[in-house]
Amino acid sequence: MPETAAVDAPQLHVELRGVGKSFNGLPVLADIDLTLEPGTVHALVGENGAGKSTLSKIISGVYSADTGQLLVNGQEASFGSPREALAQGIATIAQELALVPELTVAENVFLGSEPRTLGWINRKKLRAAYAAIAESTGFDLPGDTVVGGLRTADQQKVEIMRALARGASLIIMDEPTAALSAHDTELLHGVVRRLAASGRTVLLISHFLGEVLELSDSVTILRDGRHIRTALAVDETESTLIESMLGRTLGSVFPDKPPHDADGDVVLSVRDLVAPGVYGVSFDVRAGEIVGLAGLVGAGRSEIAHAIFGAAPRNAGTVAIDGAETPNTIAGSLKRGIFLIPESRKDQGLVLGRPIRDNVTLSNMGQVAPRGWVSSGVERRASRTMLDRVTVGGDDRRAVSALSGGNQQKVLFGRALQGSRRLLIADEPTRGVDVGSRRAIYDLIAEQARQGIGVLVISSDVEEVLGLAHRVLVIRSGQIVGEFAGDQLTEENIITAAFADPITNESQ
Amino acid sequence: MTNDTQLAPKPTAGAPTTRSLPTVLKQVPWRSVAIVVPFLAVFIALSIGSPAFLSAQNIGNVLDRQSGILIVAAAATLVLIAGGIDLSVGATYMFTAVICGTIIVRVGGEAGAALGIIVGILAGLVVGLINGIISTYLKINPLIATLAMSFIILGATKLVSQFGKEGIGQIRVDFPEFRWLALTKPLGISLPTWIAFIVIVILGIVLWRTTFGRYVYAAGGNAEAARLAGIRVDGVRIATFAIAGTAAGLAGVIDLARTPSAPENDAIATTLTFTVLAGIVVGGTSILGGEGAIWRTVLGILFIAMLYNGFTLLRIDPLFQGIALGVIILVAVGFDAWSKFRRR
Repeated sequence: MPETAAVDAPQLHVELRGVGKSFNGLPVLADIDLTLEPGTVHALVGENGAGKSTLSKIISGVYSADTGQLLVNGQEASFGSPREALAQGIATIAQELALVPELTVAENVFLGSEPRTLGWINRKKLRAAYAAIAESTGFDLPGDTVVGGLRTADQQKVEIMRALARGASLIIMDEPTAALSAHDTELLHGVVRRLAASGRTVLLISHFLGEVLELSDSVTILRDGRHIRTALAVDETESTLIESMLGRTLGSVFPDKPPHDADGDVVLSVRDLVAPGVYGVSFDVRAGEIVGLAGLVGAGRSEIAHAIFGAAPRNAGTVAIDGAETPNTIAGSLKRGIFLIPESRKDQGLVLGRPIRDNVTLSNMGQVAPRGWVSSGVERRASRTMLDRVTVGGDDRRAVSALSGGNQQKVLFGRALQGSRRLLIADEPTRGVDVGSRRAIYDLIAEQARQGIGVLVISSDVEEVLGLAHRVLVIRSGQIVGEFAGDQLTEENIITAAFADPITNESQ
Repeated sequence: MTNDTQLAPKPTAGAPTTRSLPTVLKQVPWRSVAIVVPFLAVFIALSIGSPAFLSAQNIGNVLDRQSGILIVAAAATLVLIAGGIDLSVGATYMFTAVICGTIIVRVGGEAGAALGIIVGILAGLVVGLINGIISTYLKINPLIATLAMSFIILGATKLVSQFGKEGIGQIRVDFPEFRWLALTKPLGISLPTWIAFIVIVILGIVLWRTTFGRYVYAAGGNAEAARLAGIRVDGVRIATFAIAGTAAGLAGVIDLARTPSAPENDAIATTLTFTVLAGIVVGGTSILGGEGAIWRTVLGILFIAMLYNGFTLLRIDPLFQGIALGVIILVAVGFDAWSKFRRR
């Protein structure tokens, strides 16, 4: 076990030859040839379900390939578990983080490989080892902070440091920036570059094609479990990547903004709202208007959404729909036509063990179950109607967990499209969603506005907010710090407002 | 997944059908039928191994004796699916039996019997409501909340029983005004068996076909998602505890009529709770909530009962019963974990 990250890991040359994998007789990967050169950043792109995750899991020892070979430094390797892969220097930073929330940052980084003296953890050495790693990454994270209280972005940093502490020389990153703010994303990009410069290999799985092109040396495109091509990133553009990922050309990423009347009826009116993480917020959303809430992760955007939806206690202020104040309960909000598509579909949106149908109708049981009695015919038709509108095909009695991220998100949209609707709040509607489904979700959002519904879109992706919203509110520390519409609606204005904290500005 | 929620036909009706196993073996959704295979296997084995097993009398006796526990287990399944657990059902069962018995002894006659039955069942409801409220609004983990409650209830039971006893011994309620509850045999099947059957069917349908049933699954499957979908998760969980308490009350009253003396032995309460949980888990309902079905629990409980019955009929030393049951629980849960792993 290496004591610190300063110990440079040996370079790893990983090669896949004709690798294939099937689940329950369904081929997920077929005949993949791939070489990962040490000291490079290699990106893996493709739609959800293209086989990116499966491929990375074969390399990291979670799965073993059915056919073909995995060669590490020219020798055939067959990993029975991620632990065996790690012993060879292959580590994964997963989308779902695996940290011990009760332990400190430093303890998590060295979990299982703590510097010891006679069996006891040597705190002094631990601190020194942590300082070395933190410095090599440039992460500014105190080692004695308890991990449970950290933001996702910071927890991710802990994961990366942990991989380094174990001497990883091939690091697989699955959507590392999906949950990061712009600032943290930049930091992470710096880390990735530094990893490659130090001779390590980074296998990057990302839906952000801009990030892929900017960061990686070579790009491998997968489609339907097949290797389409591997090329140098400098030879690719976003549109060539998308074309190959989809096997067709994609029109514009965003739909046309629906026309809206700047003097239309006010649907949502928030006044002096104070709630946990929200400190005095006032704004209106008009019928047919798409309003974007931009800001850094943790700025209080989701908290505003929850307070409007009645999912968090309101300490002061009012929320009104069509001029009438709404009760501070979720059931009351639903009745008044407010729907929330929450930030995390796995934790807050879907009941993963239940069928698609149950998930679609969950908040509208009153309609499919008169007097509490579920009428299977009515429910089946209601569910089918909604799923058709959001373009999710197939048997809706399948478990919702069997769907891809994009389709799961559409199921949540389907749920939100029922009943009388006045306001739709979509919190990070395309997080972890593939390019093809992304456009479908944008279309759904625009379609809602066209029908005269007020829409509130929360997104950390500034481009997404710009592409969708008529007007953007920038949130910082639970307050609105900027409002942009028309010509003012630019990436620069939004980012400046999101970051422009007078205190940190001076100190930097 | 629908086969997960449908009510199975009454398992003991008719001889089990055999089919060409190898061909269907691969399409079988192993997880959802897990309990069916061992159930049928043991049923067939016992039918062959012991001629006394497949007699109407033996089966009738087994069902009659299991009716109380079936009622409790069916209701406790709802608690587990909704993401809770109730360790106090056994104590509640004994508590309500003692309350019912005390009232019958003290009041007497038909009025006493009627009052005893009603108050006994209501006592179960009250305990269930308390369990529900302290494990949701007071945010005490249901495992701890109901464990503590079961000690409290067992103590209260002794307090109450002092009013029902003359001197030392048990409360005896050998009165025809009350015992008809256990001795009537409509259509040749004992009334407790009928009541258990009706309770199972009703709870099965509630879970499978009502809004409340949906909410139970959602509350246990993903409480936060359920809350954001507008479901009052605490309310749903309290309701499941109330149903379990009421069921324990009903079972206590029925078994009092069957015995007909009030049990006053903490071990009986504990054993009942454990057997109920064992039946639920062997049936394949997830202890983590969000998954499961009533019919699975029914098969689970009957599987255990059948095994015990088989041990008796085959004259196997009863001390092996506990060991066998323990092994079966481990196998059942292990199988469950394995099939989940396999699904990845």
